[in-house]
Amino acid sequence: MSEVERLLRGALVPIEPPMHMGERLERRLTAVTDAAVDEWAEWDPSALRDPRRWLRLVVAGVAGAGAGGALVLVRARQKQKRREARGLAALSNGMREVSGDVRRRLNRR
Amino acid sequence: MDVDQAVTDKAKLDGDFSELYRDHLRDVYSYAYYRCGNHHDAEDLTEQTFLQAYRHFERAQAESDGRPLRPWLIRIAHNLAANYYRDRSRRPQTQLEDAAVISDPHGTEELVEGREELSEVLAGVAALADDRREALIMRFALGMDNKEIARALGRSEGATKVLIHRAIKQLEQRLQGEGDEGDERG
Repeated sequence: MSEVERLLRGALVPIEPPMHMGERLERRLTAVTDAAVDEWAEWDPSALRDPRRWLRLVVAGVAGAGAGGALVLVRARQKQKRREARGLAALSNGMREVSGDVRRRLNRR
Repeated sequence: MDVDQAVTDKAKLDGDFSELYRDHLRDVYSYAYYRCGNHHDAEDLTEQTFLQAYRHFERAQAESDGRPLRPWLIRIAHNLAANYYRDRSRRPQTQLEDAAVISDPHGTEELVEGREELSEVLAGVAALADDRREALIMRFALGMDNKEIARALGRSEGATKVLIHRAIKQLEQRLQGEGDEGDERG
């Protein structure tokens, strides 16, 4: 390794993100989710008769595709925290529980 | 596909994204910090990167063919940063805080000497052309290899190797020049 590379290695060190970064991102994902869920909640099959609402529904669908998953992610984390469990195995268990929640929600529709 | 399968697939996808997030939050934040030069913008850029990544994660995962997704994440951050500065006619702040000194404290004398050396190196990195600077950040702050950097920058591996070599040479010449000036003044 050259001297410059040694200096670069010392100068360009990885930067730890602030602690609140994770919470902030979770809040954003939840906000996106809530907006999409509200959009779907207002959905009415008769809306398809009105072409002016097609675009709105498409937009909601696109957001929902990502946002529904965001909800799963965030809820899984919340459950994981509550159980004070650690590791991917625990997260996976959380996912299974949340999957059950989502399945019940979908079946109700 | 039935509902059960769809829910299981979605849960698996979210689990994978969660893992990606945990594994690479520091990488994305480090890139964003060195790109923006301050913590406030770095936080915004990191957040936007992961939100965008989440929207396209399923497709990226399907197309990755098992390859690491870190270059894809960094590429998102790279594009967002480019748009941010283009749209707002801003330039990234070149004055970086002394991250290395903060994260790896030495004794007082070493600290003063280290700070000067560090400032020169960071100023040299900041003065490089964008592509050279970014390649060095990816190599040294994120520890990416040529292949990963090539994917992140959308270049060939050969071109990336040349880019990094030239960046290091240019920095070396700059630091050498400053050293010579210092000797002449002394």
